[in-house]
Amino acid sequence: MNAPIPNSFRTQPDAQGHFGQFGGRYVAETLMPLILDLETEYRKAKVDPAFQAEFDDLLEHYVGRPSPLYFAPRLTEELGGAQVWFKRDELNHTGAHKINNCIGQILLAIRMGKTRIIAETGAGQHGVATATVCARFGLPCVIFMGATDVARQAPNVFRMKLLGAEVVPVTAGAATLKDAMNEALRDWVANVHDTFYIIGTAAGPHPYPELVRDFQSVIGKEARAQMLERVGRLPDLLVAAIGGGSNSIGLFHPFLDDPSVKMLGVEAAGHGLDKLHAASLAGGRPGVLHGNKTYLLQDEDGQILEGHSISAGLDYPGIGPEHAWLKENGRVEYTSVTDTEALDGFQLLCRTEGIIPALEPAHAIAAVKKVAPTMPKDSIILANLCGRGDKDIFSVAEHLGVKL
Amino acid sequence: MTPTSSGTASGRLSAAFAKGHPALVCFVTAGDGPTPAILDALVEGGADVIELGMPFTDPMADGPAIQLANLRSLGAGTKTADILKMATDFRARHPDVPLVLMGYANPMITRGAEWFAAAAAKAGVDGVICVDIPPEEDGELGPYLRSAGIAPIRLATPTTDAARLPAVLEGSSGFLYYVSVAGITGKQSAALTSIEDAVARIKQTAQIPVAVGFGVRTPEQAGPIAKVADGVVVGSAIVDLVAEHGENAAGPVRDLVSALANAVHSARKVEA
Repeated sequence: MNAPIPNSFRTQPDAQGHFGQFGGRYVAETLMPLILDLETEYRKAKVDPAFQAEFDDLLEHYVGRPSPLYFAPRLTEELGGAQVWFKRDELNHTGAHKINNCIGQILLAIRMGKTRIIAETGAGQHGVATATVCARFGLPCVIFMGATDVARQAPNVFRMKLLGAEVVPVTAGAATLKDAMNEALRDWVANVHDTFYIIGTAAGPHPYPELVRDFQSVIGKEARAQMLERVGRLPDLLVAAIGGGSNSIGLFHPFLDDPSVKMLGVEAAGHGLDKLHAASLAGGRPGVLHGNKTYLLQDEDGQILEGHSISAGLDYPGIGPEHAWLKENGRVEYTSVTDTEALDGFQLLCRTEGIIPALEPAHAIAAVKKVAPTMPKDSIILANLCGRGDKDIFSVAEHLGVKL
Repeated sequence: MTPTSSGTASGRLSAAFAKGHPALVCFVTAGDGPTPAILDALVEGGADVIELGMPFTDPMADGPAIQLANLRSLGAGTKTADILKMATDFRARHPDVPLVLMGYANPMITRGAEWFAAAAAKAGVDGVICVDIPPEEDGELGPYLRSAGIAPIRLATPTTDAARLPAVLEGSSGFLYYVSVAGITGKQSAALTSIEDAVARIKQTAQIPVAVGFGVRTPEQAGPIAKVADGVVVGSAIVDLVAEHGENAAGPVRDLVSALANAVHSARKVEA
């Protein structure tokens, strides 16, 4: 908290891709020229009205945006405090927020003349979204997925295959998201001439954290306008789950310079912060992995530890660098909830609102459950419902001891 | 080479490239197999520069051979302190053979880059290759290495164009490691003509020796590369022998390195 308070929280990263001490471009030399090309191309696209128009058109007619802003009356009543509202990004085509970013990145890939797409995936939502946009634009697609995740996310694996993607199970390490990202980077290094890597979260080497944030910021821009239209004021608190942090930064970023809006990022505490978990901010310290400097779960020698969460989308041992920066300057508060609390949040939303959430936003719901009762009844919480739970019913059933 | 220049960090590396023949650079992963005996075997076989790999949980630029070596080493409990001890002991046994640590950024900076540079210098390390710190992020480690008298050795690749090369060379010393294929370690090798062209292009700008690696496994491959470069780097082929022979790897490693050294050293005479 020693860093000076900036005039605006919305001007990061700097020209070198740093968010304070975080972010940057820690990649092998082979990738460096491509990363620089990508940045140049993104700068041009960002100010090209035709690019923005195509992005907006696809979001409206293909993804189904804007997603609704929904007041949850029975949940609000049950919690007995602040009004709870949801940004319904689980209603997007493919069932999660991931598609917003994939649309943006595939348009960039096409702009750059790349003819082959690769991606990593944890829960499979980003893999499905990538396979979807590849089918839409007729580009070959290879998805790297940890073998452990392939087993626990079988429906999404089948979806990706239906969409024409090749799914490569990665057996290295714990065979989860981090290992899938390593393998995607290896593929990219060997195929830089024709391949575009669609990174799924607001992490990785610059300019990925920035461009993923920008594409996902449609969530917060819409929500801000919808709130003003519906209730005539901004929410008091934003809540979103964090793995790498793309849905949360997408919601938070357009509100960062609204001082009345508090923000709460929710990490996965797994079995508990003193046991196996995936809460990089709560239990990690700064280091370098996957192209950026950020908070990492690591041992005293800097070896990376495996994250654990009931949610395959959250068990990553790092976090996007902008979140690391927002933690250090105190603009966003970060907390964590356990697997058990997330399962409770999952069932709570099913029961009170008739919405089956993904296990990732179930973490945000669990945090809302804790904080809403402490807030006055005229205050407003806006939580991001970043994915739907169809993909998770098998693992939830297993955790609840139900045989399907 | 002057008598006073050997026995120091910069002196050992420059001496290795001033022997009147191309240099053989050999890589092995620390803590995978009997590392001290393997290091001795590399020297006995005729390696001119030793790269000691620091294992990392997430070796993103490495192919299966070195990935597995990293996991075997970490699985056996190798710590940074153990690697520094291996270096210290190596320096005591081989006062004149240059030793380079090669690895990824996080284990190098996790206690502070200043700590790492000082510890490596104390252990007699001559150079450091950090795979995932490009010139753009040099401030993370480079200044601390240079202050400690350790050469930051950078990588150039087929994607490093003429406009970018000066930035790669700026602030690097010891030698330039030319990665001959855009890919990960141990995979396919590049065509000789493309290596020759690339080295010729780099040497127009580079004031330091250029060693070529990635995908070089046999004396038959190494010899022709040594004709056009100042040095040849062999890694995965040695690591594969360690995987195959485990505790008994030193003998087979010595035999391979000896054959590689014959091919590299006899490829051509160079002005010392």
